Amino acid sequence: MSKISGSEAVIKCLLEEGVDIIYGYPGGAIMPVYDELYKYQDKIHHVLTRHEQGATHSAQGFARISGRVGVAIATSGPGATNLVTGIADAQIDSTPMVCITGQVSSHLLGSDAFQETDIIGISTPITKWNYQITKASEIPEILAKAFYIAKSGRPGPVLIDITKDAQFEEFNFSYKKINGIRSYNPTPVIEMDKIQEAAELINNAKKPFIVWGQGVILGNAENEFKELIEKSGIPAAWTILGASAIPTSHPLNVGMLGMHGNYAPNILTNECDVLIAIGMRFDDRVTGDITRYAKQARIIHFEIDPAEINKNIEVDIAVLGDAKQTLSKITPLITKKSHKNWLDKFKKLYEIEYNKVIHNELNPSKKGLTMGEVIKEINLQTNGDAAIVSDVGQHQMVACRYATFNKSKSNITSGGLGTMGFALPAAIGAKMASPEREVVAVIGDGGYQMTIQELGTVFQTKAAVKIVVLNNDFLGMVRQWQQMFFDKRYASTEMVNPDFVKIAEGYYLKAKRVSERKYLAQAVEEMIKSKEPYFLEVVVEKEGNVFPMIPTGCSVSEIRLD
Amino acid sequence: MKKENKYTVSIYTENSVGLLNRISAIFQRRHLNIESFNSSMTEIESVQRWTILVITNETQIMKIVGQINRQVEVIKSYYHTDEETIYQESCLFKIKSSLLFDDRKIQNIIKESNSVIVTVTPEFFVIEKSGRTYELDELYNKLSEYGILQFVRSARIAVTKAPLMISEILTDFKKNKNE
Repeated sequence: MSKISGSEAVIKCLLEEGVDIIYGYPGGAIMPVYDELYKYQDKIHHVLTRHEQGATHSAQGFARISGRVGVAIATSGPGATNLVTGIADAQIDSTPMVCITGQVSSHLLGSDAFQETDIIGISTPITKWNYQITKASEIPEILAKAFYIAKSGRPGPVLIDITKDAQFEEFNFSYKKINGIRSYNPTPVIEMDKIQEAAELINNAKKPFIVWGQGVILGNAENEFKELIEKSGIPAAWTILGASAIPTSHPLNVGMLGMHGNYAPNILTNECDVLIAIGMRFDDRVTGDITRYAKQARIIHFEIDPAEINKNIEVDIAVLGDAKQTLSKITPLITKKSHKNWLDKFKKLYEIEYNKVIHNELNPSKKGLTMGEVIKEINLQTNGDAAIVSDVGQHQMVACRYATFNKSKSNITSGGLGTMGFALPAAIGAKMASPEREVVAVIGDGGYQMTIQELGTVFQTKAAVKIVVLNNDFLGMVRQWQQMFFDKRYASTEMVNPDFVKIAEGYYLKAKRVSERKYLAQAVEEMIKSKEPYFLEVVVEKEGNVFPMIPTGCSVSEIRLD
Repeated sequence: MKKENKYTVSIYTENSVGLLNRISAIFQRRHLNIESFNSSMTEIESVQRWTILVITNETQIMKIVGQINRQVEVIKSYYHTDEETIYQESCLFKIKSSLLFDDRKIQNIIKESNSVIVTVTPEFFVIEKSGRTYELDELYNKLSEYGILQFVRSARIAVTKAPLMISEILTDFKKNKNE
């Protein structure tokens, strides 16, 4: 057997795991791996992002739309620390990602060598697993473990740090995929008695209510989930990461939960008699004040991660396991029902919300453009088939509320961490993973400028993402809070913005600005029809607010419509 | 405020670099101090046992152990109250030798407390005592009246009254993998 270098082994491991696109940025301590990437460029497409943070978000977008493991690569020191935000985002949103960082040679570890940083120490609390490789012979097993851990059970980010001497070292390479680690039990064994108990509780419920999260999507359990709700006739509402698991138009889809979610599902959370949580983690943005959350209800929690059980909300029945399996086991035990009167309650409350909020947001008569009418126009032009990649803030809430989805894995956004700057690089990753899909990034003027440099990546890769910046010259969500809770003291939220169209044109992208309603439809149409990347700035009203809203510390049933 | 209690956390782990950082971060994130920490070999080859003593409430310790169990290299972790464990701590006292010879009371304290004289030199002597926390506290209080040159106490080590079934967990894993 002929020997190969550690860095060539890294590439061979990636190929063994089916990786064909990686996102990264070269530098001193990772140069041997880049040298091999050069040799293997016909097999692995390396996308040069303009910042390592962009590489992680692109890898996340790639993973979120495809369900595959995203890969990001960077050098030691600042290269590695620039990955941190994306890793933390992937950890809290359970996104499968493998990050590979170069490290100074092993004899220099701990010597404060040039571009040395303790990335293992730094990334420990925000990774599912991490490991520092100091010998080439460790590479195959550790990378196999990295991919296995990143994608199994509840997915998450893994960081592998490889010292430069291990990249140069030669050894006999052989690769074996890993399908188990003795200390790691990613998918709990399903307890049939819990399934039966849960089925009984559901069958006897008068006002059952399902709240679902990303677990349905991560477990590829969309069909099983749909079968369960259709047989049981139970209304179901989603967390923002669960959005798109079933089509928006599904009659049992009663909308979005949480702080800026829909009126009905929030209010009726505190009226249902059985609350069935599936693949969600009772985040505080979803629950509001937990001491007043669904106190009247018996609660069933379908969950793959035992640590989530009773973490935020105490539940009556915990059904551990992968959603695809638990749901397919429970549906046969469920009595077919329709719950018409209960569902009508959701419809009535929706009408209230429609008249007070939605109608004015989607069909405004005021002068300024609303964010909602832009999303509505995107829905119309894409027939709801687009993947919407949103950033963080008001536009994100509006995008999640009003985007219509026909297909799963279509709502890509930074949920748990709330990372501004996520959308542009994530959209690039999503478009590359699914070039056949329309990928529309919806971004605020604040978040856009946090990773605006990735326009360079769009230009270089020609990834045909559609970029919509909803510009109100404000950090809108913070401004809304300042208006509501800080007597309109707009501390550092007003932005003096550059000419975004010129900037996009500087990157040779097609670009347009719209500030009047009469030109909106045409501009969105032109953008969607474009086969190339396209930038559209929509100047929206300066001080628009997102409603409904559950103010911090309030209960879900105290949701405000204005 | 929920009732605080002493909890002994027992963690069976793989012996790997960096895991301690990962586990201690779980406590640090919740603004909790670790009272004592011990790492040792176990009855099973290549498996380490960590014993962590922490003061917190039951809701919190339950969540902490849940998070510890999530870690890839943790085989299994548990928490127990003092009543559910047999535990020992040990400590060393360094005391001026003159006191031993000038004051018979110290000799009585040593005898009554069942502590062991480890070494005696013309300048100082060292006694060792193992036992439960309150026994060590008692001895400390008695000796501190005479002046202690140096005092050190070890981390708690504990075995549980109930069986922990670690070998079974590892056997199950092997079986499932072979199936």
